[in-house]
Amino acid sequence: MSFISVFDVIGPTMVGPSSSHTAGACAIAHLAQKMFGGVLCEVEFVLYGSFAKTYGGHGTDRALLGGIMGFTTDDVRIRDSFKIAEERGIAYRFLTDEKETDVHPNTVEIRMVNDHGTQMSVRGESLGGGKVRIVRINQVQVEFTGEYNAVIIIQKDRPGVAAHITRALSDRGVNIAFMRLFRESKGEKAYTIVESDDWLPEDITGQLLENPNIQDVMLVQKR
Amino acid sequence: MVDFKNAEELLALCGQQGQRISDVMKRRECDLGETSMEQICSRMQQVWEIMRQSALTPLKTPVKSVGGLIGGEARRLRLHQNQGKSICGTVLGDGITYAMAVLEVNASMGVIVAAPTAGSAGIVPGLLLALQRAFQFSDEQMTDALFHAGAIGYLAMRNATVAGAVGGCQAEVGVASAMAAAAAVELMGGEPQQSLDAAATVLMNMLGLVCDPVGGLVEYPCQNRNAAGVANALIAAELALSGIHQMIPFDEMLDTMYQVGKRIPYELRETALGGCAASPSGCRFCH
Repeated sequence: MSFISVFDVIGPTMVGPSSSHTAGACAIAHLAQKMFGGVLCEVEFVLYGSFAKTYGGHGTDRALLGGIMGFTTDDVRIRDSFKIAEERGIAYRFLTDEKETDVHPNTVEIRMVNDHGTQMSVRGESLGGGKVRIVRINQVQVEFTGEYNAVIIIQKDRPGVAAHITRALSDRGVNIAFMRLFRESKGEKAYTIVESDDWLPEDITGQLLENPNIQDVMLVQKR
Repeated sequence: MVDFKNAEELLALCGQQGQRISDVMKRRECDLGETSMEQICSRMQQVWEIMRQSALTPLKTPVKSVGGLIGGEARRLRLHQNQGKSICGTVLGDGITYAMAVLEVNASMGVIVAAPTAGSAGIVPGLLLALQRAFQFSDEQMTDALFHAGAIGYLAMRNATVAGAVGGCQAEVGVASAMAAAAAVELMGGEPQQSLDAAATVLMNMLGLVCDPVGGLVEYPCQNRNAAGVANALIAAELALSGIHQMIPFDEMLDTMYQVGKRIPYELRETALGGCAASPSGCRFCH
């Protein structure tokens, strides 16, 4: 657990009205756009639980759309995010799913398509007070919070990949705070998430991709 | 490394070095956040400026909330006070006006500082701004007061909850008021023990308060309760500053609040299924 800073208590600085339904929603979408490369063309938000019930009055929709365009929780442009998205030519829609109940009350699934036609889905939970957690990437269960600098590696579930990753990081003097491995099933696609206190060198991506079993690398740096 | 897990440890740290709660909290932030005193103070200065903006703007330019349930209350209070009709006196009158203003900004998707949550964001700036206006404190003294308030809120986040969905309004408005009361005591020259007495008093006096937002929106009765929170904080600070000691220490009151919160029925924890939200008039805004 990361330490509770005085600015977690007296904060976040945010566009209202709700730290969980507005700021948290924005933060989840903001993390999702950091993970997704290219120019965003289409985005679909599926809202669950309390998000599905009360999103209009809490501006959850505007906050999600703002976050996906890279706005931070205190950016007043969130109020006008529908208009800004239209100006940027981003097709968006909001769906609610009240059938799936086995989810955290404040959950959203974000499905994105970029200008190359690449698709990606990210599921996040808003935990209260603006704190959030990403729990799925492309239907694979993962866990990370964005409170650290993170590198997310998509790989084949093969021997030696984890060793390659730790070697690359240690070569660059990166101290690992947390490292977790998630996989779809044996021998299939797997995700490694490494979180660090340090800023991650941008060119670590190239070094990691030298291993043929590593398919993609995403850097999600803290602000 | 300066750190503390509960109020008892916090008091011990203050006692050992003759420091104020705000001093200990600042040192903790520097140590654990691996940053400098200069950086955290300048960041808190920005926080204070945003708080001030959100408390003052609606006095001149009222705004309607997104849900349409509130808007314009702070300006009404200010006019009432300016006409010499206030029965609250300056500090309380100003405090409730600012607190309601912040909630108005919040509900209209303006920028606020959650303290500790958005729904309770009016209380800390409300009371502190009112005290600054009445006693001409410097902005530096105000940011120290925010570090102090942060110490109390941190303990609530660490050892209990500040989520209405978990512990009811007592966990949001109650904790915010405890933070404001404790900070006010230090600002007015009280000792660390008196600050914690004030914080404990607030939790005691707001124990059991349910979270029942009409239509599920952070508007009503949230805005009224922010005003009530300022009054509760002011009362508790006054008791503590006069030397009245509380027999139940803050750590125990915090745990009591948490235990009571967990026993508040689901309908009365931010679900909009009970309380004010379920009244016939409140229900007209049900989803």
